[in-house]
Amino acid sequence: MSLQDDIRAFIVDSFLFGEDGGLRDDSSFLEEGVVDSTGIMQLVSFLQEQYLITIEDEELIPDNLDSIRKVARFVETKRQCVKPALGLA
Amino acid sequence: MNSTGAFSAQLLRLDPEQEVARICRRMRELMLNRVKRRGVVIGLSGGIDSSVTAALAVAALGGERVLGLEMPERHSAEESERFSGVLAASLGVATIKEDISGILESVGFYRRYAEAARRVVPEYGDDWKSKIVTSDVIDHPGFTVFYLVAQAPEGGLVKKRLPLTPYLEIVAATNFKQRVRKMLEYYHADRLHYGVAGTPNRLEYDQGFFVKLGDGAADIKPIAHLYKSQVYQLAEFLGIPEAIRKRRPTTDTYSLTQGQDEFYFSLPYEKMDLCLYGKNNGVPAAQVASALGFRPEQVEVVFKDIDTKRATTRYLHLPPLLVEEIGW
Repeated sequence: MSLQDDIRAFIVDSFLFGEDGGLRDDSSFLEEGVVDSTGIMQLVSFLQEQYLITIEDEELIPDNLDSIRKVARFVETKRQCVKPALGLA
Repeated sequence: MNSTGAFSAQLLRLDPEQEVARICRRMRELMLNRVKRRGVVIGLSGGIDSSVTAALAVAALGGERVLGLEMPERHSAEESERFSGVLAASLGVATIKEDISGILESVGFYRRYAEAARRVVPEYGDDWKSKIVTSDVIDHPGFTVFYLVAQAPEGGLVKKRLPLTPYLEIVAATNFKQRVRKMLEYYHADRLHYGVAGTPNRLEYDQGFFVKLGDGAADIKPIAHLYKSQVYQLAEFLGIPEAIRKRRPTTDTYSLTQGQDEFYFSLPYEKMDLCLYGKNNGVPAAQVASALGFRPEQVEVVFKDIDTKRATTRYLHLPPLLVEEIGW
């Protein structure tokens, strides 16, 4: 599965009882009422643990976390930064 | 809009005498016809909302039909107890003091709270104090971030971002306080055959700033339609002691003093009132911004935050939901 698929699976499983209900990769979590501020905290915990990244306070913005596509892009960028530091590049 | 067409705090001015008469009339009707109890119990916190609610109950029902409950616990601010005593004396109502520390100890509140706090501040001791604060949504729009601010006995402050689990555990434990207090209010209401008066103002009621089955529970909520600044107007008219009227609103829920605007509301109440009023009445953000000395985009952020809180807390107002309606 791609990163985007992994994130979709987490969102659908955690917040939609496993039924995606037509959630698109660019659907806004907030506007669709899929994820609230507590849900964002849950998403952040998942991303940090699953992808071994650290998400800073200033990165907790809709541009990074408000849709499946945005989350995937954000995680990809973060991993690019982490890999050299971990010697995984 | 006022007569000059400007948007300002003047729009929230009301005629206190008329409003008190209207509320008292309605309270009597509701108590007689719906609640069917002849008196009320009110939890007194020494704050403006419970003080005005108690004064209205006295005016509506008579002081002999009002029981004030003071329910401190070991983390309560000393001034809460002092001011609730001052209020009760000024109204001439009977009060009972129930220290809830023992009950909170029994349900494990202090232990559960400290354990949750130690998940983010490992050195957190039983003698530490703390509170939850949120990020500034006005200047740093984004998702709300919650922090634990903890203070060691020797005074050093630590501020750590709260991950989901300790955040939920701290809030869940803290909600014991409001629920224990409400349980005692209903104990005294039941033995006196009274109802319970809740004390939310409009900001709290609209934005879901209450604990379900805690301070959100009540038979009657006499000031839920009033903006906070209107509650202050009634307080002055009702002769609430000045010390209470001058006290800044606090949650008095955490062991460190916590302003309502550092935990829940994005602005101090005077400004929050105007934003909520503007939003409720279709006033453009630019006009509200001009009255507050903000940029329009900052007010847009507050408007959005109001919608978000409405959406995420609306379930707090719901009764238990049924699969099928049951006709009576």
